[in-house]
Amino acid sequence: MADTARDPPPELSDFQEVQDGEDLFPEPSATLESGPASLPADNSTNSNGSKQDSLFDDDPEDLFAEATEEVSLDSPERDVLLSDGPSPAITPITPPCSLITPHMDMFTHSSFDEIEEEEGGDSFDMNISVSDPEKVGDGMHAYMAYKVSIKTSMSLFRTHEFSVKRRFSDFLGLHSKLASKYLHMGYIVPPAPEKSIVGMTKVKVGKEDQSSNEFLEKRRSALERYLMRTVQHPTLLKDPDVLQFLESSELPRAVSTQALSSAGILRMVNKAAEAVNKMTIKMNESDAWFEEKQQHFENLDVQLRKLHASVESLVCHRRELSVNTALFAKSAAMLGNSEDHTALSRALSQLAEVEEKMDQLHQDQAHADFYCFSELLGDYVRLLTAVKCVFDHRMKTWQKWQDGQIHLQKKREAEAKLQFNNKPEKLQQAKEDMREMEGKVQQGERDFELISKTIRREVSRFEKERVKDFKSIILKYLESLVLTQQKLIKYWDAFLPEAKAIS
Amino acid sequence: MMEEVKEVVSTLSVHGPNIKVTEVLKDGDTLTFLVVSQKLSGTGEYHVGRTYEDFEWLQQHLFSQEDEPGIQGVIFPSLPAKAQVNASPKVMKQLGFLGLGEWLLYCKALESFLQQIAAHSILSRNKAVEIFLTSSDPPGRQRVRKNIFNRLSQAVEERRKEGHKDVDEFFQTERHQNLVLTGCTRTAAEKFLDVVQSEQKIAVAYGHFSASLHLCVEPGEDPDKQAFSNACMKLSKVFDSMKKNMTSVAENNMNTLGLGLDLESRCQEAEKEMLFRRTCKLVELETARRNAEKAKPLKKAAMEEAKKALETEFDHICGVAKQEVARFQAARVEMLQQALVQWCEKQLLTAKESADQFNQHLQAFRGMA
Repeated sequence: MADTARDPPPELSDFQEVQDGEDLFPEPSATLESGPASLPADNSTNSNGSKQDSLFDDDPEDLFAEATEEVSLDSPERDVLLSDGPSPAITPITPPCSLITPHMDMFTHSSFDEIEEEEGGDSFDMNISVSDPEKVGDGMHAYMAYKVSIKTSMSLFRTHEFSVKRRFSDFLGLHSKLASKYLHMGYIVPPAPEKSIVGMTKVKVGKEDQSSNEFLEKRRSALERYLMRTVQHPTLLKDPDVLQFLESSELPRAVSTQALSSAGILRMVNKAAEAVNKMTIKMNESDAWFEEKQQHFENLDVQLRKLHASVESLVCHRRELSVNTALFAKSAAMLGNSEDHTALSRALSQLAEVEEKMDQLHQDQAHADFYCFSELLGDYVRLLTAVKCVFDHRMKTWQKWQDGQIHLQKKREAEAKLQFNNKPEKLQQAKEDMREMEGKVQQGERDFELISKTIRREVSRFEKERVKDFKSIILKYLESLVLTQQKLIKYWDAFLPEAKAIS
Repeated sequence: MMEEVKEVVSTLSVHGPNIKVTEVLKDGDTLTFLVVSQKLSGTGEYHVGRTYEDFEWLQQHLFSQEDEPGIQGVIFPSLPAKAQVNASPKVMKQLGFLGLGEWLLYCKALESFLQQIAAHSILSRNKAVEIFLTSSDPPGRQRVRKNIFNRLSQAVEERRKEGHKDVDEFFQTERHQNLVLTGCTRTAAEKFLDVVQSEQKIAVAYGHFSASLHLCVEPGEDPDKQAFSNACMKLSKVFDSMKKNMTSVAENNMNTLGLGLDLESRCQEAEKEMLFRRTCKLVELETARRNAEKAKPLKKAAMEEAKKALETEFDHICGVAKQEVARFQAARVEMLQQALVQWCEKQLLTAKESADQFNQHLQAFRGMA
């Protein structure tokens, strides 16, 4: 815990100039209760996540109001999420107040484990599959409805096997709600699957071809992975929006769902970077952990992008091989047909068949390459942007806290001056202002510590999940590799006697 | 320096089927091929270095065996197009499979050329062959006089004769069959080349991916970091194996079926040339017959003479051609069978080896947990 002795307010070396009249913090709907008596006066350093539980006050509404403010003013996602107009990020059907109650439990508890125990503490056992894309409607207003099937033994759900119909914008709506609720608190919210205008248009106009089928499969898989990632997050799983998404038969149409396309993500990341840069402050990081982690994630991002590019090129070449193999098979068949010599003719026709089978293997392998690696790497590159976002939010939270302390300093000076000048009426007001500010500063510090603690936990979870994900994908890939080779051996074994039998 | 060869009759002093072109030496822009042949009497070998021009010299001499009756009915072994250092894309495309693999396949093609000549009853008797294989000096570089086989002399209008109706059922069928097969084989060879080149690209991509994975290894004692690094290293090794496998697969394809299709394609072209020569002779003969019929009494005797000479020549050609076609058909089936069997056996071996390796990787990875 930080030094609790009341030092004289230290000199703050750099800070943003704040007008006295400007209210940094929004007016809470409920009045703030007074904070603890001792205020940490050591402002230039901060302690991350080591505060005691007693500092967590019960101002759920305040927190939540802040949350809304955060999204509408500062959040970099806002521009991406809300560019269609003033529609709120949170859809009307789930009004803020009804969400506060369940959240109150979470935010008033210090440790996560307590929450899990309270809610029944099942170990995670859930399987989600997205299947059966069905076209609904006609023309440009048509959309694809996907069947989301859930199989689970967790007590969180009313039944053990159930399914609902959802469309793409429902997924986007879910993500946008989760992002607005949790990102700024340090939770790594899985990014939404990407929108593809070209792909979807083809499907809408009913063009049934290879590429539109591939597009549907790619999307279906992405939706499945998205849901699995979301429910694997212990906090998100219990979110009422998530539960509603999984269970309710009718879901209200998500109003504004600007998907986080890759262009959108880039914009988001750039805006976040800009926002951070605009804070001309350099955060005094007393905890090397965060610095190290940020660097680590930056490195990881570069590496993953490289890998992704490598895999994409591999997928491309393999598709080319498949095309060429098919063409060769055709030409071999023609050769076999034209050949006079019976045995040679038969052997050549067999050759053509072997090549066709190999083409199928190549296609399967390309499929594996793609869905195993390419998509996984893409998912993680996108996840890392969410991680970066979360770190940036922490910095903003710190900034807010620091700004509050500056404000408090000003208020104190004002109060002291009034006291000196003996102006009792104004003094009362100044004293009240000061107390209010003290409360806000405490809140700011709590927020900062909370987000730091959450991020630590989230990062630890992320790292573990990452290893698990990669390992399981590699295993799947290896298994498919071995299978392919065995099939290949069978084909060659079958062909050899044909070749030998020519003469 | 040998003078132009006049004597035709000779017997080869080396063992035909064992002729090898073992390597190619690069000297600036010149490629020299090492031709090795076994002496028939006693032990010992001839090692001679020959350039592409020397091969052409040999070919020209074979073409100019004009005193050999019916020589035009011979299906001449096909000499591949000229190999060049730093060849242009057009040349590489023309060479097809032979341009791959650092001239290894090209050497095999030259080898096949020489072996076919040595095995040919008529061609092997040409003294030029003996000189080519055994003389330590390079054979003469002087241009042999133009002969009817010079491709440039087959003007475009001559090609019209290709469709000329035949008098012999056997040859009519053979010509048709040859036409179909030439096209099919060339296409198959081209498509197979595309396959091999895709495989080579994939092998390279595997290498890149493996290298990229190396970069993901992070130092540190953090257990998650270590686990991730280990997984990346393992995967990198897997892709190294995959690269090796794909390289072998491509090589097997090239060396067996690729080479076989290329050879077959060129042999079909050679048969086509022979059949065309015969057809041209047929046209000449039919013209001569018509001339002899229509000739005025003054010229009639001369025309008849000419006609008779042509008839004899044509008969000789047909006789030789029939034998050649039979020989050719048997040889190509055998060659293709060999190619297919070798191809299958090599690929089977590679597949089994790779399956073992991949299995090992899988077990190791499972054990890593």
